[in-house]
Amino acid sequence: MLQVEAVDKSFGDFMAVCQANLRVENGELVAVIGPNGAGKTTLFNLITGHLWPDSGKIIFKGEDISGLPPYQICKKGIARSFQIVNIFPRLTVFGNVQVAVLSQQRRSSDLFPPAQNLATEETNAILKSVGLSAKATNIAGSLSHGDQKILEMAIALGNEPELLILDEPTAGMSPEETAATLGLIKNLAGTQGLTILFCEHDMDVVFSIAQSIMVMHQGRTLIQAKPEEVRENREVQEAYLGGE
Amino acid sequence: MFRGIIDLKSLWAIGAIFFILLILPPILPRFYTYILALIFVTSLLAMSLNLVLGHGMIFQFHHGVFYGVGAYTVALMLAKTSLPIWVGFVAGPVAAAVVGLLIGWFCVRLTRLYFGMLQISLGSLIWAIVFRWYSFTGGDDGIHGIPMPPFISSLNSAYYFILIVLVICMIALYLILKSPFGSTLEAIRDNPQRCEAVGVNVRRHQLMAIVIATFFAGIAGVLFVVLERSVFPDLLFWVLSLEICIMCLLGGWFTFAGPMLGAAIMVALRTFVGIFTEYWTLILGVILILLIFFLPEGVMGYFLEIFKPQAKEGAERRGE
Repeated sequence: MLQVEAVDKSFGDFMAVCQANLRVENGELVAVIGPNGAGKTTLFNLITGHLWPDSGKIIFKGEDISGLPPYQICKKGIARSFQIVNIFPRLTVFGNVQVAVLSQQRRSSDLFPPAQNLATEETNAILKSVGLSAKATNIAGSLSHGDQKILEMAIALGNEPELLILDEPTAGMSPEETAATLGLIKNLAGTQGLTILFCEHDMDVVFSIAQSIMVMHQGRTLIQAKPEEVRENREVQEAYLGGE
Repeated sequence: MFRGIIDLKSLWAIGAIFFILLILPPILPRFYTYILALIFVTSLLAMSLNLVLGHGMIFQFHHGVFYGVGAYTVALMLAKTSLPIWVGFVAGPVAAAVVGLLIGWFCVRLTRLYFGMLQISLGSLIWAIVFRWYSFTGGDDGIHGIPMPPFISSLNSAYYFILIVLVICMIALYLILKSPFGSTLEAIRDNPQRCEAVGVNVRRHQLMAIVIATFFAGIAGVLFVVLERSVFPDLLFWVLSLEICIMCLLGGWFTFAGPMLGAAIMVALRTFVGIFTEYWTLILGVILILLIFFLPEGVMGYFLEIFKPQAKEGAERRGE
């Protein structure tokens, strides 16, 4: 479904991403791991159009999408959440998700009728699926950090993506919240059949749910394989898992 | 049509104010009728700016240009051609929107302050053309004694005409603000990057907002000509644009009707303090300083804040 082929991105002299390769098959749950500064977020930004690659190809459903602006990539079926909470703080929880749903329905530019009565079913269904229904009328900026991270995902789901990219979905969450979020991700991948690409620091999380793991180190792709193979790989152990 | 976006209580309050404004002209002295009408025109101007400024956080620093373009367009058409009056009335807002599209097309490529700076530059260019082109625009003399058809030739009839157009425009602006377009615009205000990530073409959306706002500024320009029957280059000067921005801040730029209140305060200050001293801006300056310290959300924002908690408490008590 998604192929990243030999993508480079440098900021000045610093090679943030260097010869990165990634394959995501339809219906797969793929994780990207690597130490801080390995280029995970940069790679995601390259896929979603927030950054442009210096070279290499990003192919989604057989089409090269590198260099397209974020809103067009989103329309092609890739939605994402952000590592640092990135929501609409002055809007309600409902309003946050509704913006995405309206955009998905291509109604963002409609001058009529009032938005309040539009897309309510779809929006409420998403809020219900992530467990935010009770807080629908709250102002998003007043939510707890954990709830804001969940809202991040809910906004991304509003676009009905084929590929959902989650940038550290459990960052800063308490153990209980992390467990709940994992359940949510599994549910999205399992019952709803969504293809999910995510990055995460918590190794237990990664090895428990991912079907395929790509390891990045200093911007390079070390390996992409099944969890067991990644665990066995010597290079990975040296670079990341702490060696012997 | 308005289901869920306006409550009955506000509707009654608005109706009452509208009714009072309707019966005022025969009672009021001419001068006050004129001031009220001027407040209406200025209110529409301020509200048109606030669509992009308060609800879109687009730094439209030279909004006066579009007001001026609307006014000059209708003035020139009425003074120099024999086209029917309504053609001029339609051409004013359309011309303002076209200029808004042209200037906006360049400006939306920049963000925030840079947007504002470029707009001041491009707007000043249009001001300079109007100011200098004596043979066409009358230069710094402007155009005076523009003929008006009988149905709006007296002050009172002009007052009613302006009031009705204002009410129609307010309804339209309110609907636009509550539409998917408006809520997406507010989402862009809060977080443009995220908006782009959910598939909104942010630049195009902002440009559309600018075109709508400048269209309404053009309507305000037409109403100005109806009231004053003259135009002059000051309408496009940056000082006026600054005043419109202040009106929005003064009234409360995150509220719908705030700019209207701001416009009323500004026009009243200029008129009534201006009688005593030409340095009325000194008073304005002091008010602005107090405002920034004590009412950062503007006058309207302050009152809404006062009334909101009470309303909530009342609802809770009833709930028990």
